[in-house]
Amino acid sequence: MDIYTRRLTTNRMNLILSMLAMLFGLFWLGWILFTLFHLGLGAISAKLFLQMTPPPGSDGGLLNAIAGSLFMGAVGTLVGTPIGIMAGIYLAEFGSRGWLAPATRFINDILLSAPSIVIGLFIYEMYVVQVRHFSAWAGAMALALIVIPVVIRTTENMLRLVPDSLREAAAALGAPQWKIITLVTVRAAKSGILTGILLAVARISGETAPLLFTALNNQFWTPNMNSPMANLPVVIFQFAMSPYDDWHRLAWAGALLITLGVLALNILARVFIRNKTPIY
Amino acid sequence: MNAAVLQDVQEAALQKIVVRHLDFHYGRFHALKNINLEIPEHRVTAFIGPSGCGKSTLLRTFNRMYALYPNQVAQGEILIDGENILAPGQDLNRLRAKVGMVFQKPTPFPMSIHDNIAFGVKLYEDLPARILEERVEWALRKAALWDEVKDKLKQSGTSLSGGQQQRLCIARGIAVKPEVLLLDEPASALDPISTGRIEELVHELKSDYTIVIVTHNMQQAARVSDYTAYMYLGELVEFGVTDEIFIKPMKKETEDYITGRFG
Repeated sequence: MDIYTRRLTTNRMNLILSMLAMLFGLFWLGWILFTLFHLGLGAISAKLFLQMTPPPGSDGGLLNAIAGSLFMGAVGTLVGTPIGIMAGIYLAEFGSRGWLAPATRFINDILLSAPSIVIGLFIYEMYVVQVRHFSAWAGAMALALIVIPVVIRTTENMLRLVPDSLREAAAALGAPQWKIITLVTVRAAKSGILTGILLAVARISGETAPLLFTALNNQFWTPNMNSPMANLPVVIFQFAMSPYDDWHRLAWAGALLITLGVLALNILARVFIRNKTPIY
Repeated sequence: MNAAVLQDVQEAALQKIVVRHLDFHYGRFHALKNINLEIPEHRVTAFIGPSGCGKSTLLRTFNRMYALYPNQVAQGEILIDGENILAPGQDLNRLRAKVGMVFQKPTPFPMSIHDNIAFGVKLYEDLPARILEERVEWALRKAALWDEVKDKLKQSGTSLSGGQQQRLCIARGIAVKPEVLLLDEPASALDPISTGRIEELVHELKSDYTIVIVTHNMQQAARVSDYTAYMYLGELVEFGVTDEIFIKPMKKETEDYITGRFG
């Protein structure tokens, strides 16, 4: 066997091995999705979006949990995004000198990979214990703490992709640094930053642990951010652990809703990336 | 050009930029060594030399572009209209508004063609909308781009072709009405037609601006410039009237480079 044929064979074998690895991963993903759709689709109905979570044995939906997830997700995103973007701008645009930026980057990496239950416990200890009750504010804060490092990381990375030549070109016109950043570099990285925010929203929409210790759950509708609030992940957790069949069905429906939501966010994020106007 | 004409030209032109004992370091690397140079007003001065000789580095000291980066240090004096721009306390933004620069690669901002031009103008002038429109048109006309873009001023600057983008960047640079225009290999990424347009433009602009151009292309230097500086390994080897440099350079190194025996 000459060297060319040998390489061809090695190539083929490696290709087969990688395909098998891919199939192995896809198999489980496919199974999860199949089960989810199989058990969740049947439970999806208009009632899901119109009625509150029921006591066992009676009819109901997930309206309060859906609304609660949206409320807390929105507040968490609104709080976390500006902080994350500003910190990301600092790291990318001012982070070349001094020790503060590398230290911030290091701590942010830790925060990024911190188990979310730790973040839940942190807010529990710092806020819930102090005010002596669970609340949606606490839940939103915990979610914001998850949003921040994701947004910092993507914002910094996206700004770093903006070539220095663009910054130089703006500086060469006599533009002060804050104008260069706001009018040129952030604008050039806009779609990437937006994608990071969407991915952060996707990330928090399924988080259970941080809400378990903070917002807890609420069987009823409440617009009061200062009281415990229902949310999809914790409702799924409680209903799935219960012995009641109708609760199980609602839990599957909720899981399907979250999955579809995350799927939609990911598709949106991809569309943004694809439509990104090339800088050059 | 004979010696008498040379002297005439040199006397007629005022010195816009005077460089004295300039040293430049990238970290520990000594990139410019004791540069002394006088650049005349309303003339085109070309910097030529092999890659890495420091011609772009020298150009980037005139608007202190290097100051964006830590570890880049210039020592010595650069006088523009008699004012030392290397002195501490120099307002870099005002300096750069006065000393414009066009780069090797086109760098349109992620905004419309119109806003690309208006961006720089709005930084230092508070013009009524109508006057601003006139300025945008004026700059685009100067850069020989107006006819190609007049119907699509609202389109993104990045949608233009490479040559058009580069002329957009030149228009952006002259729209703020700087006194000096620094061109860092402005045509090296362009096709011959776009290059020709830009060279014509340089020729036309020199009545209003002092132009310094870095180029790898010696024919280009010969075509567009009045003065030429030949640099090698961070030193200024020879500086003089372009025709003299190209026809009978004083130094052998210059002759070797220009005739292609070296470099």
